[in-house]
Parts: sequence; C-alpha cells; structure tokens
Amino acid sequence: MSTSAIQNISHNKYYNWLFRNLFSSWVNTLLTIIALIFIYQVGSFCLNWAIFAADFRYNFQGELITDRGLCSKNIMPGEYGACWAIIYARWDQFMYGLYPIEEAWRVNLVYALLPLAIIGILFDKIPFRKYFIYFTFVYPFLAYFMLYGGPGLSVVGTNKWGGLLVTLFLGVTGIGLAFPLSILLALGRRSKMPIIKSLCVVFIEFIRGVPLITLLFTANVMLPLFLPDGVNPDNLLRALVAVTLFQSAYMAEAIRGGLQAIPRGQVEAAQSLGLSYWQTTRKIVLPQALKIAIPPIVNTCIGLFKDTSLVLIIGLFDLLGIGRAALADMTWTKLYYEVYVFISLVFFIFCFGMSRYSLYLEKKLKTDNI
Amino acid sequence: MQANFLRRLIFDEKSRSLLIQTLVIGLFASLIYLIAQQTAYNLEKRGISSGFDFLHVAAGYDISIRLIPFTSEDTHLRAYFVGLLNTLMIAVCGCFLATIIGFLVGVIRLSSNWLFRNIAYVYVEFTRNVPVLVQIILYYSILLHLPKIKQAIVLFDNFYLTNRGLYSPQPIFKDGFSIVIWSLVIAIAISFFLKRFLKNKQESTGKQYPIFLINSAIIIFTPIIFYYIMGMPLEFDSPVLKGFNFKGGMVIRPEFLGMLFGLSIYTAAFISETVRSGIISVSKGQREASQALGLKSNLIMRLIIIPQALRVIIPPLTSQYLNLTKNSSLGIAIGYADLVHGFGGISLNQTGRAIEIMLIVMLTYLTISLTISFFMNIYNKSVQFKGNA
Repeated sequence: MSTSAIQNISHNKYYNWLFRNLFSSWVNTLLTIIALIFIYQVGSFCLNWAIFAADFRYNFQGELITDRGLCSKNIMPGEYGACWAIIYARWDQFMYGLYPIEEAWRVNLVYALLPLAIIGILFDKIPFRKYFIYFTFVYPFLAYFMLYGGPGLSVVGTNKWGGLLVTLFLGVTGIGLAFPLSILLALGRRSKMPIIKSLCVVFIEFIRGVPLITLLFTANVMLPLFLPDGVNPDNLLRALVAVTLFQSAYMAEAIRGGLQAIPRGQVEAAQSLGLSYWQTTRKIVLPQALKIAIPPIVNTCIGLFKDTSLVLIIGLFDLLGIGRAALADMTWTKLYYEVYVFISLVFFIFCFGMSRYSLYLEKKLKTDNI
Repeated sequence: MQANFLRRLIFDEKSRSLLIQTLVIGLFASLIYLIAQQTAYNLEKRGISSGFDFLHVAAGYDISIRLIPFTSEDTHLRAYFVGLLNTLMIAVCGCFLATIIGFLVGVIRLSSNWLFRNIAYVYVEFTRNVPVLVQIILYYSILLHLPKIKQAIVLFDNFYLTNRGLYSPQPIFKDGFSIVIWSLVIAIAISFFLKRFLKNKQESTGKQYPIFLINSAIIIFTPIIFYYIMGMPLEFDSPVLKGFNFKGGMVIRPEFLGMLFGLSIYTAAFISETVRSGIISVSKGQREASQALGLKSNLIMRLIIIPQALRVIIPPLTSQYLNLTKNSSLGIAIGYADLVHGFGGISLNQTGRAIEIMLIVMLTYLTISLTISFFMNIYNKSVQFKGNA
C-alpha cells in the first residue's frame, strides 16, 4: 500500500466513524438530528442553570448572599439560575453535621486517611502494599479515637455527628463489619450440617425479604427492649447494627456465588493432601472465591452506600437529613433543587467511582487466570 | 474407652458435626431465651402490654390515600389493609412503568445511533448511582412546587396538573359495563385457544396464518362492539374549577406520583441493564442464521432474539421487581400512606405495640416477596430451555 493510500484511510477514519454511528441511513440521520436538538436544549438549560446563570457566593449585584431573598432569581424576575449560596452557608453541616467546628480537623484527618486505608485492599500491585494493609487494620481504631475522642481529645457524642460523616461512617463501617459476617454466612449456607445451614438460609432469606427500613425501625425501637438495663446503644449504633446485618445477608449471597464457581476438584485435591476444613477454606477456597466475588460484592456495597440515606427516616442526620434540615430553615427554604442536586452529586461521585472500580476489576479478572 | 469417645468427638466427622450442631442450637436457643426474658422484663417495667387485641381498636387517624373506605373510627386492622393495598398499588404501577421505561432504554442503549446510545447511557448512570430516596424526595418537591390550583397546567384539555396533584376525569361505569369487561375476558380466552388451534394447524400443514393480527383484532374489536351494543355505558366526569378547588373528577396525589416516578425511574435504569445484557447474550450467529433463512427483521426479533434473551432477563428482572416492592416502603419519607407509614408508623406510635406491629409488617413483606418470586419462577420455567440444553 502506498503512503498516500494510508493517509487516505486515516483521513477517512473519522468520516467512517461518523457515517457508521450517526448517518448510516435516513432514519439514523433523523435520530441524530433529534438527539442533537434534545442535547442542545437540555444541556444548555442545565449548564445555564447550574453554572452560567447561577449565583455562587455573591448575587449579580455583588452582594454576599446570606438568605434566599438575596438570590438573583428572587430579586430579578427573569433570572432562573441556581443559588448555590445555601451549599456554602451549610457546608460545615453537610461535611460534619453538628460536630464542633474547632474540632473539625479531626474529621478532616479521618477523611484524609480513608483513601490510604482502603488503597491496599483495592489494588494489589502497589508498592509497600503490606504496610497499607497493616494500616487498614489500624485505621478503624484510629478513626474511632479521632472521631469520638478519648484520652487527650475531647469527647464528641455521636448525636453531634452528621452529614457526610454519618453517611461515610455507616457505609464504611457497615461494609467492614459485614464482610467477615457474610463470609461465615456464605460458608454456613453451603455447610453439610443441616442445622447450621438452615439457620443461615433463614437469616439470609429473611433479611433479603424485608425492606431495610423495617430493619432500621426494629433496631431503633426494639433493640433497647432486647438489652439489659444500662446497655443503651445510641441511635447511630442502632442504625449501624441494622445496616450491618442487612449488608451481610446481601454480601453473603455474592460470596456464595463465588464459592459455587470453585470446581469441586480444588476441595478434593486439598482434602487428599490432608488439609482440614478450615485450612482448605482459608488457603484454597476463599482466596479464589473472593476474587471471583469481588465485582458482585462491590455492587452490594454501592447499594448499601445509597441505602444509608434511609437513616434519615429514623431521625439521623446523614447527608440527606442535613439537606432537609437546611430546607426547613426559613432563611433558605425553597432552594430544594440546589440542595437535592448537590446531594445527588455527592452520592453519584462515590457510587459511580465504585461502579467504575467494579468494571475495572471485571476487565482485569477476564485476562487474569484464576 | 473415655479417651476413645473424646477422640471420636474431635476427629470423626459425623460425631464432630453432631457436636457442633448441638452446641450451636444450644447457644442459639439460650440466646433467644435470654432476649425473650429480657424483653418481657423490659416491657413489664415500662408498662407496655402485649398481644394482638389492639387490631380491633379504633385507629383514630385518617388516611388520605385509600382504595377502600376508611375513617378514623375504623380499626387498626382495617388501617393495615388500607396500607397493604396502597403498597401493592404503588408496587404494581411502579413495576409496570419501570418495565416499560427499562425495556425502552435497554433497546436504545443498543441502538446503532451513537448519540441515542449515549443519552440512554447517561440516563442509566445518573439514575442508578443516586439513592432512590433522594430521587423520590426530589421529584416530590418538584411536584409540590407546581403552580397553584388557579394557575393549573392544563394537559389534553381535561387534565390539570397542580401542586395538589393531577386532577383527571373520573370514569363512571353505568349498568352494562360489566358485560363489556366480560366480553373482553371471553375474547382473550377465545384468542388463546385460536392461537393453539392455528399453531397446531400450521405445524401439520405448513400453512402460515397471521395469528397475531387475527387475535389482536378479536381482542380489540369485541369489547368495542359490545360497548356500542350496550349503549356506551361509560362516561367521564371531568374536573371543573369552582371557587378555590376542582369539583368532580378524581385527583392523583403528588405523594403517589412522587413515589411512582422515583421508584420507576430508578428501577428502570437497572432493568434496562438487564435487558441490554440479555439481548447481547444472544449470540451473533443466531441472528445471522435467521437472516440466512430469510426471516424479516421483526420476525428475527420476535421469534429468535427475544425468546432467548428472556431466559437471561427474567431472573434479574425478578429481583428488580422485589427491590421495587421493598423500596415502596420509602413512602414514609414523603407521606405516602403505605404499610410502613400508616400501620407501621402511626399505629405503632399510638398503640406502642412495636414488636407485634413490626412482626406483622415484616411477615407481610416476606409474603409479598415470596409470592413474587414464586410466580416469576413459574414464568421463568416456562421460558427456559426445554429438554436437554
């Protein structure tokens, strides 16, 4: 092939792509035009609303917005842009709840260390992974000490926690506590002992058959009834119990899928080498099964992270609860679009990130030999 | 002898598993016993009585959204049924709408048009990565901030969209409408048998019949003919603005609409993904083979692709229906009077019978879940491979 022909092909590459994907037939061309008009209309409206016509901290007259009456759209009749000042004004609450602001550095430190704590679990080819894994096990205690307080730090009760802190706390702790529990449940469900098996089956199917909100209600109302005097877990802990049990049932099913994918030969070979049940499980079955099960496990984690928003119904102030509280305030009421769009965006960033990670893993597993 | 017995307990698999199970069940039973003991003590100390007699006491609150008549003098048991019906109503409507949107978006995601494909992709990613509760509350807020009744948005002349809900004409069934309904049922039955008959005939003779066309004609035209024979026994009562409110017609409350939009838009994103993966799972060779046989593209879709795709779609679709039904319990956040809001919330606060009420609510959801899985399993069996796969 001559040089000019090659150039011709590469020149035509874009043309071919356009033709194949947008203008292959007259129906397709019509669809393309409709889609373009739709994108232009919706896109320009959204961009204008959220950015170009929006107020951030100051309105169009350059005044600092301190209540909704100062938003441009409430002064000028033609203005319609978002008024993000509510987010600025309530930023601390969205991030920390009612956590004392002079102690907020403690929360910030915990936020900042979170990526370091989970990076060792997420990626297996990073340098010094061993130390990151060590840190993962230290982190929960460190975070608890930093957040709740103790020797040297003033105690901040969980009733002061709120916003993203509660959302992340419930999400991360719920997942972390549910993981070991779910492995036991999944193993129990595949156990040959009928009583253990049926206990696990009943637990898993019961939890999966009822809505999370009923579990939250139950934990909230009934946990104090079940426990002796003096043991009175606070609201956050009650929610955490419900969330953990809920997540462990779903995670157990994901892990069971991984366990089922392990060929019998693996177990039989291990047994013929004289390994006991726990040795076989720990060294042969689980490492392989968990690897297969990671994508579905991540999916259940996304589900749980979204479901933490339900705790607002039992009176906790997570991200959504703080948002609703901000809207109930007379100074900022009616700016519900801004608040809910902001909350949606925060959830979207976390959940979309997790789903990308799950996709990345699936791709990686396809090439790896397990 | 003694040592031998102990050895067997630890090293013999059968005896060991018996030992472990005995221990587990013993621990479990004593835990239950302790909790029950403690609960009874706590209940007594707080002066909370127990039992199910409260079900027959007057509820003392009103429920705005109801399918059967309910006043505050009615019992908690009736409140339970009102809530249950509302839960089922939102679940059925939500599943229906979510399936339609989900299939549509799933097909669009496989469109050959790059822009269409990606608009659907953006929709899916944005709706499934935002909690359904946030979406429900957002849509509900939008509905609450619609124009007031005086400035209602008029749709199709007779529908009025306001901040108090959607006012729409109410159908009034007069005598004889039941006959129209029965004629529809009979038409469906006839078309079912006709389909079997014509299919058998086609298989024995090889002659093709336009089964679909004939049956659609039967199902559509029979009720229409009977409708006119019976003297048009259906009228619509349109809402008319009188003073500060609408007279006549019926109103679909914003709570219901908010739940419906939130649940179905959220679930549709997941359904569209299962539909997409189902269609992709049908191998390319199937399509090419049917093209080589000279089938038309709509026939390829109907006879080759969809039956095989359904096999992959049904199981995850079932779990999406289950999720939607369970998520319908979020109605409490916006005041949709479902099972959790009325019976599980207000009744619980008024009677204080937390254990009994939560037990009833949970068992109800379990029953609904199991029923849905049961029927979907039957349907799933009917679409799976028959014989050796």
